[in-house]
Amino acid sequence: MSLALVKYLPVTGNVPFIRIRFFALGLSALVLLFSLFEFANVGINFGIDFRGGIQTEVETAPETSIEDVRTVVSALELGEPRIQEAGNSLEARHTILIALPLQPGEGAEAERANQAARETLEAAIAENFPDAQLRGTTVIGGAVSGELVVTGFTAIGVALFLMLIYIWFRFEWQYSVGAIVALIHDVIATVGMFSVTQMTFDLATVAAILTIVGYSMNDTVVVYDRIRENLRKYKKMPLPEVLNLSINDTLSRTILTSATTLVALISLYLIGGASLEGFAFAMIWGIVIGTYSSIFVASPLLLFTQVQRDSGESSDQ
Amino acid sequence: MLHFGRWKLLTIFLVVLAGALYTLPNLVPETVRYQINEADGSREPRGIWRYIPSSTINLGLDLQGGSYIVFEVDMNEVRTAQLESLAADVRQTLRNDPPLLPRSVAVVGEEVVVLMIREEQRDEAFERLRELNGPVTTELGQPGLAQMYDMQRDGEDPSAIRISVTDEQFTAIRQRTLSQSITVIRRRLDGLGTTDPTIARSGADRVMVQVPGADDPQEIIDLVGTQAALSFHLVDNTINPGPNGQARTPPGRTIYPVANTQPVQYLAVETRQLLTGENLTQSNVTQHPSYVGPVVGFRLDTQGALIFGDVTRNNRGRQFAIVLDDEIITAPRINEPILGGSGVIGGGYTYETASQLVILLNAGALPATLTPVEQRTVSASLGRDQIESGTLAIIIGFAAVIVFMLAAYGIFGVFSTLALLVNVVLILGGLSGLGMTLTLPGIAGIILTIGMAVDANVLIFERIREESRHGRTPANAIQAGYERALAAILDANITTFIAAAVLFMLGAGPVRGFAVTLGVGIVTSVFTAFVFSRLLAVLWLRAFKPKSLPL
Repeated sequence: MSLALVKYLPVTGNVPFIRIRFFALGLSALVLLFSLFEFANVGINFGIDFRGGIQTEVETAPETSIEDVRTVVSALELGEPRIQEAGNSLEARHTILIALPLQPGEGAEAERANQAARETLEAAIAENFPDAQLRGTTVIGGAVSGELVVTGFTAIGVALFLMLIYIWFRFEWQYSVGAIVALIHDVIATVGMFSVTQMTFDLATVAAILTIVGYSMNDTVVVYDRIRENLRKYKKMPLPEVLNLSINDTLSRTILTSATTLVALISLYLIGGASLEGFAFAMIWGIVIGTYSSIFVASPLLLFTQVQRDSGESSDQ
Repeated sequence: MLHFGRWKLLTIFLVVLAGALYTLPNLVPETVRYQINEADGSREPRGIWRYIPSSTINLGLDLQGGSYIVFEVDMNEVRTAQLESLAADVRQTLRNDPPLLPRSVAVVGEEVVVLMIREEQRDEAFERLRELNGPVTTELGQPGLAQMYDMQRDGEDPSAIRISVTDEQFTAIRQRTLSQSITVIRRRLDGLGTTDPTIARSGADRVMVQVPGADDPQEIIDLVGTQAALSFHLVDNTINPGPNGQARTPPGRTIYPVANTQPVQYLAVETRQLLTGENLTQSNVTQHPSYVGPVVGFRLDTQGALIFGDVTRNNRGRQFAIVLDDEIITAPRINEPILGGSGVIGGGYTYETASQLVILLNAGALPATLTPVEQRTVSASLGRDQIESGTLAIIIGFAAVIVFMLAAYGIFGVFSTLALLVNVVLILGGLSGLGMTLTLPGIAGIILTIGMAVDANVLIFERIREESRHGRTPANAIQAGYERALAAILDANITTFIAAAVLFMLGAGPVRGFAVTLGVGIVTSVFTAFVFSRLLAVLWLRAFKPKSLPL
């Protein structure tokens, strides 16, 4: 079998990851600052799950433009509509997403107003675009969307906390700090990415972020495992060198796993349809940033937290 | 690590076989698997499918099309109604012989306040009212520990008694309201003839309704969101309701709008209910010579028929009104006594509206108003598209990962490809066998698992490669590779599993589907990577006895 591609990759790479740590940490700091800045200034384009309101997906004739639809929907005076192409270039259908904000009112009255707005919207579409076909509608009331926001962010918080606990049991605290800093780094960078691109941030995105958290942790744990092993193996080697060696040891695994996961996700992004686009996008970005953070954030941080070398049983090789 | 005992082999074989058997029905058309009875739509497995699993994966509404609606019960309304009926009971109890006359019995905030005319009667009234109290009836119909009401003599006003509903009683009422609502909703949806609706409690005051195949959520909202409280009243024509129905009414009279009138007309009726929906035994769509178009016919129970007979005999020439949810739906004049206990509600119905009223009347009234707070509808065509694109994405992602693994690891890539195939079979079989629901995010979970499942293989192969470079024999290297990679594999998968578990517990609706496939996928991928691909590697070692590893 001479197919083996990885043979062409340096078998034990000797990339000086640790030497460029200040550059990498500086870059990360910049990315994080920029993310927070964008988040504060532009904010996130929350989807209907979190914002509440009415959303309808309509399949129209190819010549129906977004502007035509906007004219019709705006005339209904049901609040500022958001109208965008749904689906992607690989889909033959021409579909348009129409979103209306929550209707004003209190309690049950507002909920009924939302349903009434949906009916008005559907009737107006049917009347003005006789060829149009309703593909799906979603109405989320104010109470439910508020709860979904709380649930979504609780989920992220709880997951981070549980992972912290897990890492704490499996490794010494120095590792936990590094791993959690790397995770928070990934989450902030993802939030920043959503602020910059203004892609829709909904429940599926929260699922994506949780998975990114899991994946990034997975990556970090593999590197940490190797660091711990190498620390026992090479007792006299200076810490920076041990870190660098461990990253390089696991490098081809890191590249391969990230590559296969990315390949699968890109197929999801391109073919999976409009509903999964945001999810796939978040995941793709998350895999990239998660891989980066395991190498350039989680590992160098061990230099700052000064991991202990235990007086283990194995001897120097 | 390299030795597989007979029992271990058998277990591996059985697990893979079970996965395959549960996956198989998903690849075979329904008509091959089942004998479908044309008459009633029931189906029976045929041939070999009688002996092996024949059911497929449940598809979520986002894949098969349908409506998901969450309704909220207005608990404030329930609480107010509870206090009103308590106040009525209090009045009735005080009126009993010998009467203890109250100056007023009124609902004030969250309490019923009784003010006695004579202060010295307060203690006696208090003792008598205590008969109303008793232990809370729990959901199982047994007496609970707490009392229903909290009754107190006011400390400042010597004529006042304050009665409030305890939290335990209110919780019991809340639960009863929810289960009654679910029963009524189920009867209504069955009346509509929908297939397999799911109706379940959701949180403290919500009911979730899922109707597969329902493209039009409005139909369900109309049906479920209507309280359908029906009552019969005598009309009082001596009171002018005013142009907007805003006229002041004397006690015991209420003004209601008349349905389907333009501009809206109003009538004043006696507040006393002669009959309610409870007295109706059955209704149906029918014809009547006095009306154009369909009418709704109804039959009353024995007691109802007696009352109706008396009322119509004694009030010839007057109008009576049938009120549905605070609207008069018909107000015919009584021309002759109606003794048979049946009648019709007519006027301006189409066949559809008449049928809907029949469904509502036959299913009974909801104990409270239900408001839709969340609604997600997916058309069947969108559902089909989502399955198609999801499946295509799985296949292409799978193919791409295979190409990658073959290119990177040669023969070991073949092992991991087979392991990956078994992995997908186990995920699908697991979903089928455990009766879980596959949603679109669930498909995303499968794709993600396919991408990440190779991770375990990669960890192992990298280890083997390393060990073999350190000069170990192939068998030795494989052994060491599997042994040493185990810790990292477990660590890595446990963290992802934590994420999946949190999502499952906290996640709402469709996102749960993602957590399910991700969680199942993690378990199966550890099994296939660590057990199944190892078996393949060992078999290969035995068969070819290679001198060096092609890694």
